[in-house]
Amino acid sequence: MKVPTSFTNIPITPSVDKVGVEERVARFQSRSIKNASKRQGLDLVLSMIDLTTLEGKDTPGKVKQMCYKAHHLHDSYPNLPTVAAVCVFPSMVKTAKTALLGSSVKVASVSTAFPSGQSTRAVKLADTKFAVDEGADEIDMVISRGKFLAGEYNFVFDEIAAIKEACGKARLKVILETGELCTLDSVRKASDIAIYAGADFIKTSTGKIQPAATMQVTYTMLMAIKDYYDATGIMIGMKPAGGISTSKLALHNLVMVKEILGNNWLTNDWFRFGASSLANDVLMQIMKLETGVYQSSDYFTID
Amino acid sequence: MAKNTTKKLVPNWDYSPSLESTSHITILPRYELFINNEWVKPTSKKYFKTTNPATEEVLSEIAWANDKDVDLAVKAARKAYQDVWSKTTPKERSKYIYRIARLMQEQARELSVIETLDAGKPIREARDIDVPLACNHFFYYAGWADKLEYAFPNQPMEALGVAGQIIPWNFPLLMAAWKIAPALAAGNTVVLKPAETTSLTALKLAEIIKASGLPPGVVNIVTGHGDTGAAIVNHPDINKIAFTGSTNVGKIIQRAIAGTGKKATLELGGKSANIIFDDAPIDQAVEGIINGIFFNQGHVCCAGSRLFVQENIADLVIRKLKHRMDSLYLGNPLDKNTDIGAINSKEQLTTIEKYIKIGIAEGAEIYQSACELPSKGYFCRPTIFTNVAQSSTISQEEIFGPVLSIQTFRTVDEVIQKANNSPYGLAAGVWTDKGSRIFNLTTKLRAGVIWANTYNKFDPTSPFGGYKESGFGREGGLHGLGAYLKMKV
Repeated sequence: MKVPTSFTNIPITPSVDKVGVEERVARFQSRSIKNASKRQGLDLVLSMIDLTTLEGKDTPGKVKQMCYKAHHLHDSYPNLPTVAAVCVFPSMVKTAKTALLGSSVKVASVSTAFPSGQSTRAVKLADTKFAVDEGADEIDMVISRGKFLAGEYNFVFDEIAAIKEACGKARLKVILETGELCTLDSVRKASDIAIYAGADFIKTSTGKIQPAATMQVTYTMLMAIKDYYDATGIMIGMKPAGGISTSKLALHNLVMVKEILGNNWLTNDWFRFGASSLANDVLMQIMKLETGVYQSSDYFTID
Repeated sequence: MAKNTTKKLVPNWDYSPSLESTSHITILPRYELFINNEWVKPTSKKYFKTTNPATEEVLSEIAWANDKDVDLAVKAARKAYQDVWSKTTPKERSKYIYRIARLMQEQARELSVIETLDAGKPIREARDIDVPLACNHFFYYAGWADKLEYAFPNQPMEALGVAGQIIPWNFPLLMAAWKIAPALAAGNTVVLKPAETTSLTALKLAEIIKASGLPPGVVNIVTGHGDTGAAIVNHPDINKIAFTGSTNVGKIIQRAIAGTGKKATLELGGKSANIIFDDAPIDQAVEGIINGIFFNQGHVCCAGSRLFVQENIADLVIRKLKHRMDSLYLGNPLDKNTDIGAINSKEQLTTIEKYIKIGIAEGAEIYQSACELPSKGYFCRPTIFTNVAQSSTISQEEIFGPVLSIQTFRTVDEVIQKANNSPYGLAAGVWTDKGSRIFNLTTKLRAGVIWANTYNKFDPTSPFGGYKESGFGREGGLHGLGAYLKMKV
C-alpha cells in the first residue's frame, strides 16, 4: 500500500551523469537476443503495447477499428497475445470501452489537458473524473512542465496527488514529457516527485514532443523506480512512449528492464510501450521467426 | 493503488546462447618464429602448447626461442635497420603502418575471435575494445611518421635502432600495437616477444605484416617463455627495451640493463584507487566500479582494485554494487552476452584464489556474484571485500583478477593520503559532481592516469604510464613516440 507523502519527504535526488548513462545504455544495446529468447521477448512486447490514437481528428469509427485490432492482432496466426490497452482521449473512452467489452484489453485515457497540461486544477480534475466515469481503467496524466521548470515542485507534487485521488480505482500513469525537461537530472527529479506523489506508473512522453522515449531517459526513470522499490518494497510501473517503433529497440528496452529491475517487471502490469506502429513490426518479426521468411507489410493490418 | 492488480505469471525470460562463429578463423597446428618475414623453425627444436583457458583445450603449438633464435632475430632487425628502414623515407614508413592498420581492420573479426579463444576474454571486449583500439594505435602513429619535426619542433630527432619489446597476456594484440606502432613510426626495427599463454594474435599480426609488404626484418616476432624474454633483455645489440608486465620482472630487467646504455620503458603493476565522493552520480559511479575492476576479468594493470567510498554513502553504494554484480553474465567467452570470461591461465587462477583466501583469513567480508561457474575452464566469480583496512594484504598487493577491496573514508585529505599510500602509482578514478574537487585531486594524486567520472578509458592520443613502482616512460600520444627517439647530436 502506497503511503501518501509530502514533497519535503522525498529523499535527495541523486545526480545523473549523461555520458555514463549513454555508456550503460550502449551495453544494453549490445545484448544479442536470438532464437527462443527473441521469440519469447516479442510475445512479451506485444502483450505490453498500449495501442494509441491521440489526434484531433479521432472519431468513433477510428477508435472502434483500433480496438478491434487490439485483440485481433494477426488472426491468421493463432495464440498471439493481445495488446495491454488502448490509449485514447476522454471523449473516446466510452466508445473504446464498448468496443472492447468482454476482452482483457484495458482502456487508458489521457487527461489533465493533455498534451500541454496548461489549464487549471479544476479543469484537470474534471477531465480526469469524466474519463474515470466513462469507464477508463487507467489515466495517463501530464505533469505541469512549466511549473516544474519554474521550480514549483510542490505544485507539481500536489497536483499529481490530487489527480491520483480523482482516479479512484483507475491506475495512474504520470507523463513527465521528458523532451521538455531536457536534462537527465530533471528527468530523475520529476520521476521522484511523481512516484512519491502517488504515480502507479511513470511515463516518458506524450508522443507530441521530440525526443521522446530514448533509452537514456527510460534508464534514468527505471533507476528511480529501482531506488523507490529498494526503499519501500513497492513496485512502480514504467511506460516509455513515443519513438519506439522497431522490435529491436523494444527488445533492448526489455533487456534494460530485466537487468535493472528483474523479471518481476516483465509483465504488462509493470511495463508498457506507448506506441502505434510497433505492433506490426513485432508481428512481422514473429512471422519471420515462425516461417523463416519476411512477409510483405501488406499482410499486416493497419487500423 | 500499486498492489491490487492481479499478479501475472512472471516470465522466465533470459538470453539464449549467442555464440560468435569460429568457422571463419584459421589457427595452424604449429607456429614457427617470425624472422625476416619468414617462418623459421627454432634452433631449440622446442615447442610449447597454447590452450583455450575457457575449455582447457589445446589450440596450437608455438615455437620456443632460445638465445640463438633471439640472436638471429636481433641480427635480422639490425640489418633491416641499417640497410633498409633507416633509409626509407618517413612518408613510406607511414604508408606501411597505415597498410598494417587497414589489414588489421579487414581481419578484425578473425583477430577478435582468436583473441577470445587464446586469452579467455569476452568476445564483446575483444570485438569492441581490444581489436579496434589496436587498429587505432597503428592509424594514429602512421600519422606521425612523416611529421616528426612537427611533433618535436626545433629538436631534430632520430630513431634509437633496434627495440626489444616484451608484452603481457592481458591485452595480447593491443599491447603488440602499443609497442610496434610507435617504434616503426619513429624509424626503429623491432624484436617482439608475446606472452607464452597468448602468442596467437601476435603471430596473426606477423601474417598481416608479411602481407603488408613491410621489408623483411623490420618486425620480428619471437615466441617463448621467460628465458626468451631474458635473451632479448640481455642481447648486446638492442638499443631499447620496452616491457609491460609485473613489477618483479621489471626490477630484474632494470638490474640487467643497468650500465648498458639501453633505454627502457617499463609499464608495470598497479593497485589503483577508485574514489567515490558522496555527491557523485551514484549509479554511474557503480558502473565505473564494475568497469574498473571486472573489465577483462580484472587482468588490467590499471584496474581500480582499491575502492574508496565516502563513509556516508558506503551502504548505498555497496548495496547497488552487489545488485549490479548479480546481473553480470559469466561464462563462455565466445557468447556475445558474456560479461565476464575466463581467467587467463591456471597459474593466475591459483594466484587469485590464494588472495581470496588471504582476504577471508584476514577477516574481510566477502561477497561474490551469484552466477554459476562452468564445469570446465578457469573461472572466478566477481568478488568484493568489505571491512578492509589499508593494512590488509588484499588492499596492498596487486591481485590481477576480479577482486575488489573496499575501504571507506571521511575527508578529502584522508582519501588523498590513503590513495597515495601505495608503492604503485599507475591510475586513479575520481567520482564527484564538483569540477573543483576533480582538479584538486588530479593535482595531488600520484598516478600516471587519472580518470574523472569514468574509468578504464584508453585512446591512442593519450599517454599512459606510471609513477613509483608502476614503472616509467609513457606509451601512447606524443610521449609514446618520444620514447622511441633520441635527439640528433
